[in-house]
Amino acid sequence: MSIRLPAALGAVLAAVLLLATPLSAHDYKIGDLKIDHPWTRATPGGAKVAGGFMTITNTGSQPDRLIGGSAVAAGIFEVHEMKMEGNVMRMRALDKGLEIKPGQTVELKPGGFHVMFMDLKTPLKEGESIKGTLIFEKAGTIEVEYKVEARGSSGGHGGHNH
Amino acid sequence: MNALKLVRLTAWGAITVITAALLYVLLSPRDAEQGTGVAAVGGPFRLATHDGRVISNEDLKGRPFALFFGFTHCPDICPTSMLEITNDMNALGAAGRDFRVYFVTVDPARDTAELLKDYLGSFDPRILGLIPKDEAELANIARAYRAIYRKVETPSGYTMDHTASIYLMDGKGQFFGTLDSLETPETRQAKLKRLLARG
Repeated sequence: MSIRLPAALGAVLAAVLLLATPLSAHDYKIGDLKIDHPWTRATPGGAKVAGGFMTITNTGSQPDRLIGGSAVAAGIFEVHEMKMEGNVMRMRALDKGLEIKPGQTVELKPGGFHVMFMDLKTPLKEGESIKGTLIFEKAGTIEVEYKVEARGSSGGHGGHNH
Repeated sequence: MNALKLVRLTAWGAITVITAALLYVLLSPRDAEQGTGVAAVGGPFRLATHDGRVISNEDLKGRPFALFFGFTHCPDICPTSMLEITNDMNALGAAGRDFRVYFVTVDPARDTAELLKDYLGSFDPRILGLIPKDEAELANIARAYRAIYRKVETPSGYTMDHTASIYLMDGKGQFFGTLDSLETPETRQAKLKRLLARG
């Protein structure tokens, strides 16, 4: 009897620990860069483009740049910045890529920096994962999976939307 | 003597000018709803729809409507705005039955009727595509709505800058206000209800 109690406590503790761990940890590391939760959104019918989003942290002492990548569903991949100027949406391709300074965390999110999947071969469906890559100037190429979230999602693991 | 007369005349002159200016400001017509004195938004247009018809602003008289400038090669704001207004229209229930949203493509070179049909099929069926047949038709409706659009080259093609507000127009074809993606659904739906109540 007296042995079972610690065992039971251990089981409870293990369960608590399991619950505390994110259900779908979805991050990647290459060199000094940490890439958290690459995701995109389900696309409307006929759409030929989609935005890709993620958080990139540079834990090193050298700046790096996201200069390209790929997604199997897309013929073309570019790094873009979107900006609202008043009520006008403006979009630019970042010709020199997106810089991630040492110690900096850069968020690619709707309404701001994003990677652009263009020339989509197939619609992106919620719940899918799209294989692809990200290419950094110094750290090199890493394989990632972009999780396809709901249309209108503002991101977050499994969608803690406001 | 002459100098004094000059001063007096100048003073009266100034008073006359100021009074005229005040009268002009107070009496000049302005839009009661906006109260800002800005130039009117909206105007005549005649455009092809994605389902093969042609509609003009005259056809829309008597029913409030919304109008958005966008394009299908738009990764973020266009699908999000169309999804939001789809949700808003569902929330309106029967009151919004006759309400229509017009999606004017600023990229008619790529947005064919077929593509828009496919694209808009993912949203509320009360959203209809309008396709300018040439640059002149696009420039005309953009000018009428004080909207901006601009082609921007990217390494592999192009994208479009564009005004992203949703214009709300009343049954007389007059500007009522805008919907904005940053507003809460409650705010947007309250505006739509006011618009529908006004007719």
